[in-house]
Amino acid sequence: MKIKVLGPGCANCVNLEKATREAVAALGIDAEIEKVTDYAEIAAYGIMRTPGLVVDEEVVLSGRVPTAASVRELLEPLVAGGAR
Amino acid sequence: MSVAERLRARTPVRRWVGLGVAAALWVGLYRANRPLWDWLLGDVVGLDLESRLGSGVHFFFYDSVKIALLLVGIIFLVTVLRSFMSVERTRALLGGRREGLGNVMAAGLGVVTPFCSCSAVPAFIGFVAAGVPLGVTMSFLIASPLINEVAIALLFGLFGLGPTLMYVGAGLVIAVVAGFVLGRLRMERWVEPFVFETRLGGKVVDSTVGLTWDDRIQMGVEEVATILRKIWPFLLVGIGLGAVIHGWAPEDFFATYAGADNPLAVLVAVAIGVPLYSNAAGVLPLVDALYDKGLPMGTLLAFMMAVVALSLPELILLRRVLAPRLIATFVGVVAAGIVAVGYLFNAVL
Repeated sequence: MKIKVLGPGCANCVNLEKATREAVAALGIDAEIEKVTDYAEIAAYGIMRTPGLVVDEEVVLSGRVPTAASVRELLEPLVAGGAR
Repeated sequence: MSVAERLRARTPVRRWVGLGVAAALWVGLYRANRPLWDWLLGDVVGLDLESRLGSGVHFFFYDSVKIALLLVGIIFLVTVLRSFMSVERTRALLGGRREGLGNVMAAGLGVVTPFCSCSAVPAFIGFVAAGVPLGVTMSFLIASPLINEVAIALLFGLFGLGPTLMYVGAGLVIAVVAGFVLGRLRMERWVEPFVFETRLGGKVVDSTVGLTWDDRIQMGVEEVATILRKIWPFLLVGIGLGAVIHGWAPEDFFATYAGADNPLAVLVAVAIGVPLYSNAAGVLPLVDALYDKGLPMGTLLAFMMAVVALSLPELILLRRVLAPRLIATFVGVVAAGIVAVGYLFNAVL
């Protein structure tokens, strides 16, 4: 699974990355987490409120920092789908 | 069951009860604020509330609590209401609009769309790449910080409905006119080329789809905490300065130098306000104290608008997408609008 954290490096983006890492660790999945800070690339995902979370090239969240638990809820069904 | 369904399934009753209790508590505290400090500082501590020290200290505590309460209440309400709106929906509404009506819509949407200036750059790219005209995009980017919930909360609490409506009306006019002018100046070539080359891929995710009342209430609580955490230093410094002015500054000091008789006062106020980085929470206690000292409302509103609408950090961010020439024009046009509004208010009030 490829996860991208989109944001220019503001506090929100750091928090989102932390929550995502926690969620990935808690789920015990094998995921590659990448940070995207380039504005052109961020905008190309259609995101207008940072931070954004992209899983396997699909935007799953934008505009707010979720808790680690809610990132887990977001990732869980995607993990199941990916295994099929 | 999907995440969205699971979220929708539970909107607990205790959330509504909690909200009711919080609202009752809020009203109680707001009412008790003045008698509490009159009693505590006047009777218990034994300060003379008419003296310089007494009135300064009373101003500091009474204003801190009053402003904190207003901020909590209004930020919460505005966040819950705004959770029905999103930048994505705003862009869809503005896409393909012509200048003129487009500017008016963009300014109005700038007020009601949940938006933080930290997202100014991705939003700018998103708007322009989706075909929203440059001037219309600028109207949105001007209105959004200029007319914000913190400013409205504080203006209403400190000065009442009249000045608040004046401020909102003037802010809308500035955003519409400045955006329109910037659009007319045909400044597209001063936008960094990559903005127009950006291709919007993937599906657009509207972050507000499928929210329950439970989610919206939680978002309101989170937003109150986030904003208060961000602005409290500004607020305390502002109230502190306000208290000093309130208690110690000679009665006619400011009125002599920046009063209605000085034709340059508005210009100077805007020139000081533009580079100043603060926000409405830091500026309004000052405005309040200066108003008490006899400064005219137009000068003060112009000062506040200059502080919140144009800030150095945001301009530096915008440099990523706009050439210096366009940024300078942007600052010039908006500042000119603010100066005009200041003089107008001073003349008619």
